[in-house]
Amino acid sequence: MAFKIVEENCTGCCACEPECPNQAISETANGLFIIEPAKCTECIGHHDEPQCLAVCPIDLTCIIDDDYPRYQAA
Amino acid sequence: MQTAQNEAEAVAAGVATVAIPDEIMQQVAEHKGCGTSGGSGKASCGSGAGENDLPPEIWEKVKNHPCYSEEAHHHFARMHVAVAPACNIQCNYCNRKYDCANESRPGVVSEKLTPEQAAKKVLAVASTIPQMTVLGIAGPGDPLANPEKTFKTFELIAKTAPDIKLCVSTNGLTLPDHVERLSQYNIDHVTITINMIDPEIGAKIYPWIYYNKKRYTGVEAAKILTDRQLQGLEMLTERGILSKINSVMIPGINDQHLVEVNKAVKSRGAFLHNIMPLISAPEHGTVFGLTGQRGPTAQELKALQDSCEGEMNMMRHCRQCRADAVGLLGEDRSAEFTTDKIMEMEVTYDLESRKAYQAAVEKERDAVVAAKQEELQTLAGEHSDIKMLIAVATKGGGKVNEHFGHATEFQIYELSTGGAKFVGHRRVDMYCQGGYGEEDSLVTVIRAINDCHAVFVAKIGGCPKSDLKAAGIDPVDQYANQFIEQSAIAYFKEYLDKVASGEIQHVERGDAQIRQGALIAA
Repeated sequence: MAFKIVEENCTGCCACEPECPNQAISETANGLFIIEPAKCTECIGHHDEPQCLAVCPIDLTCIIDDDYPRYQAA
Repeated sequence: MQTAQNEAEAVAAGVATVAIPDEIMQQVAEHKGCGTSGGSGKASCGSGAGENDLPPEIWEKVKNHPCYSEEAHHHFARMHVAVAPACNIQCNYCNRKYDCANESRPGVVSEKLTPEQAAKKVLAVASTIPQMTVLGIAGPGDPLANPEKTFKTFELIAKTAPDIKLCVSTNGLTLPDHVERLSQYNIDHVTITINMIDPEIGAKIYPWIYYNKKRYTGVEAAKILTDRQLQGLEMLTERGILSKINSVMIPGINDQHLVEVNKAVKSRGAFLHNIMPLISAPEHGTVFGLTGQRGPTAQELKALQDSCEGEMNMMRHCRQCRADAVGLLGEDRSAEFTTDKIMEMEVTYDLESRKAYQAAVEKERDAVVAAKQEELQTLAGEHSDIKMLIAVATKGGGKVNEHFGHATEFQIYELSTGGAKFVGHRRVDMYCQGGYGEEDSLVTVIRAINDCHAVFVAKIGGCPKSDLKAAGIDPVDQYANQFIEQSAIAYFKEYLDKVASGEIQHVERGDAQIRQGALIAA
């Protein structure tokens, strides 16, 4: 039910953080960003496309986290 | 608003020991009260324009700005603070991923700063480098894609260092949304990077943009971008904010098209056009670097700049500096001001001593202009079609005052019977490292100034002297510590005399190579 940020690709540019409608993205101690899976809704119900994916400057950085089932809108 | 001011003061007090007496604040307020009805820059004024070529209110805005006035860039320094890492578009000449010691592209910085750190850094630099007159926010992403960080930084600095001019550089996508606020913050100078006005061409430069919560690609993306850029430019012009247009020259993609861009931005009131060469080294990992897209040669760049010059003012002294650069254009002192060092510094912002220093600079630049005017008289009545380029090693102050072996760049002047005109600069590796000359770097120096007839230096060793002569470049050290333009005109007069007497024959020089990468600390 969530996106995740691939740590080795993240540049710490912070573009994703303010765009997340769920405030699921936060900065880590080393200046990179992580998504809190419990808060992520893949932007379903908010926007047509996942915002972190849309704004991230590096391909294959914001990706579906296979460890979680896909988000189902209530 | 009151809350915001208090907060800013509290933060400022926390980061620096600053006490600016009220009377100085008052003087500064009066000083800043220059006309703001500008936006009517004359078509003929050239970035090298001086006091007499510009309307007074425009001159007041640009005279101490190293990026907006070629003449000022010999004397005044700027700094960028990297508070804006996020971007909202992707450019094929940019790769945000890497930063290492040798990395030197715009869009890349070693550390990002919070607005509070940035404010402290500005005070630290301003106290150390009194000729630092301009603070720019230029990324490493897009400042207006990080509006809160950008404006917070401006707010803090306007309070603690009110004599410093604030400026911002943007891709323009969200510019129309922020023009009003820029105007409220007294931002006098805005740079927009405009590489195209034709979306078909734009699609080859921009793979995507992020706009209104959506990623757009291809021609659709480029259409939105160009519409927003031009709308933003018009809004700046309406408010009398000076705008500089940066364009990256990408041979085969937008090189011819930039003439159209030039007309489009001129007609919308842009003050200055800065056409820069593409940086595309493969190791930077940009799309253009990986596809082998080349940058222009020195001659190609100059030819395009020359062809646009009739239309409007051209900037030729841009060093394509990083978003954390500090110092005169052409030098980078950012390593002296890392966050760790700044946080340990005790900073006292001494506005009076900054003013005293700047008054001394003012005298120096008057002397440069006077010397040039006087020397120009000697060319009166000369008729010749000869035009030639010379390279000059300088540390600033408008003088020939750098040793050949210590030069990390050469400034290029075009000499003709019209005088000496600054037309560009060439970055080189320092020839002399640790006191002895390096053969390989001499080859690259010669390649970088191969289109020049002469190189003016304060001093030069015997070996490079003879190699330069062999390459057809005259090493000139007789004008050590003298004014550049005055010396160049004197040299040219002598050259014309020798050609007239048959002592030498004038031959055209070849092309030169533009060294990749912006300048960073060695």
